[in-house]
Amino acid sequence: MRELSPVPPDALAVEARDLRKEFVRKDRKRGKRRVPALADVSLTLERGECVAILGQNGSGKSTLVRLLSTLLLPDGGSATVFGYDVVRDGKAVRRLVNRVSVEASFFKKMSPSENLHYAARFYGMTPSETTERIPMILERVGFPSDRRGEPMENLSRGMQQKVALARALLTSPVLLLLDEPTTGLDPRSKLEVQDFIREMRAEHDSTILLCTHDLDEAESLAERVGILDAGRLLALEPAADLKARFAAETLEEAFFAATGRGFEDEQDELDAEERKALA
Amino acid sequence: MRAVALSLRHELIGLAGVVERNVYLTRRYIYWDVAFFVWTVANTLTIVFIAEGIEATGGQIDVERATTTLLIGAVVWAYLGIIFEFLTETVAWERWEGTIEYTFMAPLSRAMHLGGSGVFAVLYGLVRAILLFIVVAAFFGLAFDDANFIAALVVLVVASISFFGIGMMTAVLPLISPEKGAQLGFVAQGMLLVVSGVYYPVDVLPQWMQWLATISPATYALEGIRAAILEGDPLSSMWPQIWPLLVIGAASIPLGLAIFNRGEVYAKRHGKLKRSG
Repeated sequence: MRELSPVPPDALAVEARDLRKEFVRKDRKRGKRRVPALADVSLTLERGECVAILGQNGSGKSTLVRLLSTLLLPDGGSATVFGYDVVRDGKAVRRLVNRVSVEASFFKKMSPSENLHYAARFYGMTPSETTERIPMILERVGFPSDRRGEPMENLSRGMQQKVALARALLTSPVLLLLDEPTTGLDPRSKLEVQDFIREMRAEHDSTILLCTHDLDEAESLAERVGILDAGRLLALEPAADLKARFAAETLEEAFFAATGRGFEDEQDELDAEERKALA
Repeated sequence: MRAVALSLRHELIGLAGVVERNVYLTRRYIYWDVAFFVWTVANTLTIVFIAEGIEATGGQIDVERATTTLLIGAVVWAYLGIIFEFLTETVAWERWEGTIEYTFMAPLSRAMHLGGSGVFAVLYGLVRAILLFIVVAAFFGLAFDDANFIAALVVLVVASISFFGIGMMTAVLPLISPEKGAQLGFVAQGMLLVVSGVYYPVDVLPQWMQWLATISPATYALEGIRAAILEGDPLSSMWPQIWPLLVIGAASIPLGLAIFNRGEVYAKRHGKLKRSG
């Protein structure tokens, strides 16, 4: 894949400038109106860096991930991935990026092995390559070999998420977008996934953008932590600096000081608006 | 030059991946396939019995010829249904399974993505159509002494190019309208078939429908297949049916792809590339 989308050595992994996305909401009382999901967000990620973005539901985290993975077109601003523009050079970006989202998202009747085989074909991997690599990767993520042939629908959420990580790893992405990868997992599965993320960084030189609800996860995995609130990026700096800036002892306190809201409070209105716009 | 060859290789592997995925899914849903096949056989029998029914109620017809005419119509209808279903549901199915975002963020061109669905649909549809024809023909004890099955098969395969192009146009519907798109696809399929003379000559249709029949590839497919099976016409005499199919195919595939690409841009602009549920 990298042969077709060479990564320039001096390019930033991600560079977003005034990135903006709005969704149209239809309302009986107020008619059609545009609701901002992401408002003039600017950020950069260095190659090999892990950056965590914290935000409540509806704060714009998934919108940011979907813009960087070319699933959405921005309404303003620009974004590049290793120098490739997400709008103009969509295909080049897609060769370099993969994603793990909160939903494992597989064909439910198909087995982990079948799901991985066909997904790898989309990245140009031949049957001889996948026959060798898939069992190896599933073993690395700790997936039991005797369950590789079972339908996905028979597997637990934790197991499914391991297959999702294997799918992302299979394509050797240089930018990995993790959208709440441990949400809803039991504590053990969560730790296993987090260990695997560390391993991927160490061994694959991947740049990681981690959108999460989990403050401890953000602090332990990322070099810098961003706070996204109502589509605006309020801060992006190392966790220690963030806490110092808001005179907070914990990231949760820093989040509260930055947004004026508790971390667990959902931004119900925006979330509902986005859901409606996307329906 | 090397980059072009490498890119083409990746695209073809991706196309094969779509075919491979549909093979896996067909295997996993095999009992549904058996059930649908039995239903299609039953449905075809009810249509083909009409010929015997007309004679039994005093009508003067060549029963064997009418039976074969109806059988060909029913088989082509079933074949077209499979092609349209696979293509129209390429997006709808992925949305329902939740894989849509992963497929659309993969570095595979839309032509190869839809092409993979089309290739599988043609292969799967041919197997189903041939089996259906054999089962129903055996049921009625139909004899095909003069039939030219090779010519009929060639016409069906050539027609598949056009069906594929039109299928791509309907595949865009679930992309831009997650809730109503698939239903609209069925409506488009029905409209195409009603004007194409599936069970009757096109001449019996109102004039405006006859005009629509001239731009429907199914019209030429049915004419060619009936001439090959009923009259035993050789392929060399099928040019009047084959050239319109080639022209419609040459126009509909790039048009279908262009429409789908426009639909994809719309979906990305409005946030429609999202799983359901």
